[in-house]
Amino acid sequence: MNRFEFLRPTTIAEAVAAGARPGAAYHAAGTNLLDLMKGGVMRPGTLVDVGRLPGLDRIEHAADGGVRIGALVRNADLAHDPGFAARFPAVAEALLSGASAQLRNAATVGGNLLQRTRCGYFYDLASACNKRTPGAGCDARGGENRLHAVLGWSEACIATHPSDFCVPLAALDAVVEIIGRDGAREVPLADFHRLPGEAPERETVLAPGDLVVAVRLPAEAAGFAAHARYLKVRERTSYAFAVVSAAAALRLEDGRIAAARIALGGVALKPWRARAAEAALVGRAPAEAACREAAALALADAAPSGDNAFKIELARRIVARALLLAAAGTPGRLPALPASPFAALPGAQAHV
Amino acid sequence: MSDPIPGIAAPAHLRQGSSIGQPLTRRDGPLKVTGQARYAADNHPPGMLFAVLATSGIARGRVLGLDVAAAKAHPGVVEVMTPANRPPLAGDPDAKDSPFMFRLDALQNDAVRYPQQPIAVVIAETLEAATEGAALLAPRYAAEPPRVGLDGAAAFVPAAVGVGSPASFAQGEVEAGLAAAPRRMEAVYETPAQYHNAMEPHAIVAAWDGERLTLDTPSQGMAMAQARFAALFGIRPEDIHIRSPFLGGGFGSKGLANGPQVLGILAARLVGRPVKLVLRREQMYGPVGHRAPTRQTIRMGADAAGGFTAIASHTLTATSSFDDFIEAAADVAHTLYATPALHTSHEAVRLDTGTPMFMRAPGEAPGSIALESAVDEMAFACGMDPLAFRLRNYAEVEPASGKPFSSKALRECYAEGAARFGWAGRPLQPRQMRDEAGLLVGWGMGTATFPAMMMAGHARATLRADGSGLVETGAHDMGQGAWTALAQVAADGMGLPLDRLEFRSGTSDLPDAGIAGGSAHMATVSSAIHGAGGAVIDRLAALATGDERSPLFGAGNAGVVAREGRLHRRDDEARSESYAAILSRAGLAGLEAMGQGAADPAAQKAFAMHAHGAVFVEVKVDPDFGQIRATRVVGAFAAGRVINPRMVRSQYYGGMTWGVSFALHEHAVTDRRSGRIMNADLAEYHLPVNADVPSLEAILVAEQDPHVNPLGIKGVGEIAITGTAGAVANAVWHATGVRVRRFPIGLEALIGA
Repeated sequence: MNRFEFLRPTTIAEAVAAGARPGAAYHAAGTNLLDLMKGGVMRPGTLVDVGRLPGLDRIEHAADGGVRIGALVRNADLAHDPGFAARFPAVAEALLSGASAQLRNAATVGGNLLQRTRCGYFYDLASACNKRTPGAGCDARGGENRLHAVLGWSEACIATHPSDFCVPLAALDAVVEIIGRDGAREVPLADFHRLPGEAPERETVLAPGDLVVAVRLPAEAAGFAAHARYLKVRERTSYAFAVVSAAAALRLEDGRIAAARIALGGVALKPWRARAAEAALVGRAPAEAACREAAALALADAAPSGDNAFKIELARRIVARALLLAAAGTPGRLPALPASPFAALPGAQAHV
Repeated sequence: MSDPIPGIAAPAHLRQGSSIGQPLTRRDGPLKVTGQARYAADNHPPGMLFAVLATSGIARGRVLGLDVAAAKAHPGVVEVMTPANRPPLAGDPDAKDSPFMFRLDALQNDAVRYPQQPIAVVIAETLEAATEGAALLAPRYAAEPPRVGLDGAAAFVPAAVGVGSPASFAQGEVEAGLAAAPRRMEAVYETPAQYHNAMEPHAIVAAWDGERLTLDTPSQGMAMAQARFAALFGIRPEDIHIRSPFLGGGFGSKGLANGPQVLGILAARLVGRPVKLVLRREQMYGPVGHRAPTRQTIRMGADAAGGFTAIASHTLTATSSFDDFIEAAADVAHTLYATPALHTSHEAVRLDTGTPMFMRAPGEAPGSIALESAVDEMAFACGMDPLAFRLRNYAEVEPASGKPFSSKALRECYAEGAARFGWAGRPLQPRQMRDEAGLLVGWGMGTATFPAMMMAGHARATLRADGSGLVETGAHDMGQGAWTALAQVAADGMGLPLDRLEFRSGTSDLPDAGIAGGSAHMATVSSAIHGAGGAVIDRLAALATGDERSPLFGAGNAGVVAREGRLHRRDDEARSESYAAILSRAGLAGLEAMGQGAADPAAQKAFAMHAHGAVFVEVKVDPDFGQIRATRVVGAFAAGRVINPRMVRSQYYGGMTWGVSFALHEHAVTDRRSGRIMNADLAEYHLPVNADVPSLEAILVAEQDPHVNPLGIKGVGEIAITGTAGAVANAVWHATGVRVRRFPIGLEALIGA
């Protein structure tokens, strides 16, 4: 590991000034960043520790039903906040389906948004990666890519974004609050991450110094609480990134879908909002046919980036199932195996 | 080194007269859970420096240059070791004198023969400085196209497979048997490359004192490592002191001396200070062995009643470009099922990988998942229940050798396991069962088998003047519980309660206990310990029965019994005398004797010796997504005498979990172009987590074996992997109707997409 400067600013303004320096990186819990630094994948010259900035660790429930989540709120604390889990059950389910209990106890909301891809070629310094070294090429293309992107990828990058948390956030119109050198601004989470295009090294809309200070869920998002699920297929029962996941949320009126929210994870370099599929559901009864049609629409633009054509059909099935689960109603309590296809297993033991 | 384990408090439930058979908890457990157990890398002798390997970014070629100046200029870097300045070795690391000797990479030249091969060592005042120094070396290469995958090179017939076994075996008329069979199957099964992934990375702390060398390093075979290091460095084995009291798992990858250990010792010699070298996780995917991939073609024929007419099994596997370790996967068919005709054969390709190595049931594990899958397919082709089919083909004698088994309680394993699992009533057809949530449910089974081997090992027993005992042997505890179970044997061997017995182990200055491998350590070392204790008691008894002042005088013909620190007349137990009193009267400060454990050649010649088991698995599969979960695993195993049922059960749990992992999870993802492994970390190289195996049950089936060794012990370390992996695969088929023959079973194989 290279020597680096370690700064611990006490105000957001100080943090932003320090974070704007060339080669600076923000550090909160470090659950992803420190691994990347140990592996030489990231080599920041300055670490700006924002983990102790005051006021960023609060969950503020608004009177209108929305919520403002400080960027330093721990994943576990958010998922277990009773008021939050009741209003945004799919978000809580997604949080608890990610990583391990130990990581969830440390990892922050802001860090979750900014975690890097798990593409093996990004991690392997001997492989070419445009994300790590712009212009170097992409060894994942033509390589071992059965888990790579099927939506929104480019020749320059076929990686996926690994977050579970961001998937229901994208579906529920979450907004990211940012403070930068030019002051505060807001960006919809669905627009926060960039698709790779020709510049996969630019992963978000953040400019140097920009600090994520909060994520807001609007009051309308709580209107889906009765019919909201997150479903995640993975290659072991727990502690694995999604092969494909989906968040589905419905607002039902008189047995018909008044509004639908759908986003997918594990399919693209950002959480993938499926607006056309959402629109197609409005006015329909939440039955299998409608869900399957919506799922087909959600994947209409999908194309394999390698040995991963199966993920397209898998994603269709996951979207359809997530919609049906949402239609069936949010369970009274989170399953012992959150977001798992085995969640409904009677007596399922909670070793997540 | 003093005994790192505190004295044993005799548990309240201790049965009088015997510690063997007691389910004692681990003696070293409190040390481990309180962080006091000192593993190799925890040792920091004064003046110690940190060494970090720089490893190759290519699979094949040469290193043209390293920016040594940049690395040396980094603050804290003390030295950079490359082929140009590496201290000389007395022995050639590329020499190979026996099947147990493997070629090592110790910077002998600039050649690169696999990814992650060590190409330099950076030595610094801190781990961070050494790590950065290694990153600054920025190697330049002359790369050659790597040979990757089982189709990546021309196949050859190896001179031997496993440890010196013939590459092929034939008996009976296989082709005729197949041709005449009304029921036939032929299928190809593929298993991937796997890496040991012990939790504790390979590590060494090396300190030279003149021509004497002290090493803290995890080892499954200290005496063999001593000999190899001695030959490489031109010093006497007895001048090398290895301390290996605990291993954080070995699984075969710490069995033999490896290149990084040699580099750590060389680094210490180069800088004249103690050096610590610990592998990073990704560096464990190259120079310290792995399980090679296999492609197994199995053909079977059966008669109308479901009896085998022939079994043919061919394995294509891989070894490195520069050494031979051939996974003897086909040979598992030698011991399992009765057949009038049997043909096994092996071929291999040379790839640009590190040399494969012994890894948990080498040969048996990949062989078993293929064979047990094939047996399942054959049973279905015959319209028979898989258990009934296996019983129909039960081997009363070892099929390949024709020898009787020294013991074989496999029928009891089948019966007890099936009963406990509830196997009866299983539908023959697949995809018949669902749970209330709509998940597909399947039941599968497999037969477990592993040879009951004996290595050679020694132990010393000392009876002290106060009547307490000391037993010493350079044995290895990889986490399996040897510290505890061997002490139980030691106490019984000397007729002492556990709290009167001191047990020392885990260092190379103690009697050579042989290698902890082949599931043979318990059997081997127990024999040595028990023999040593018995020899001491013999001498003590001779003193007492020959001394007219002893109440035991003249009992020579009747004999004496040693129990709880006293000798009793066998025909009159009221007449007894304490060990201390006998020694005191004889004016002796103590008595000492050696014991040895080794294979009995006569018994080996007369009998086939194996442990057996039967494993029953339930899986649930999501019908749309193909995600699989093994929801119940029941294994019944017969492995001779059980020294400590708690430890044995734990070994079975570990083995069955490994079997689940083999079938569903583990595989190295190798880039088809570069030969590099793309998931060389524990986030992406999947091993089962607790949620993957919610219910495990191990049944200890009683078995007495008078032939394997004096105590009747068979090993339990590896057997439970076998049988389980195939049972999982068979259960997946039974759940889904899809026969997946490429492991691990991926969900894309099950969703029909």
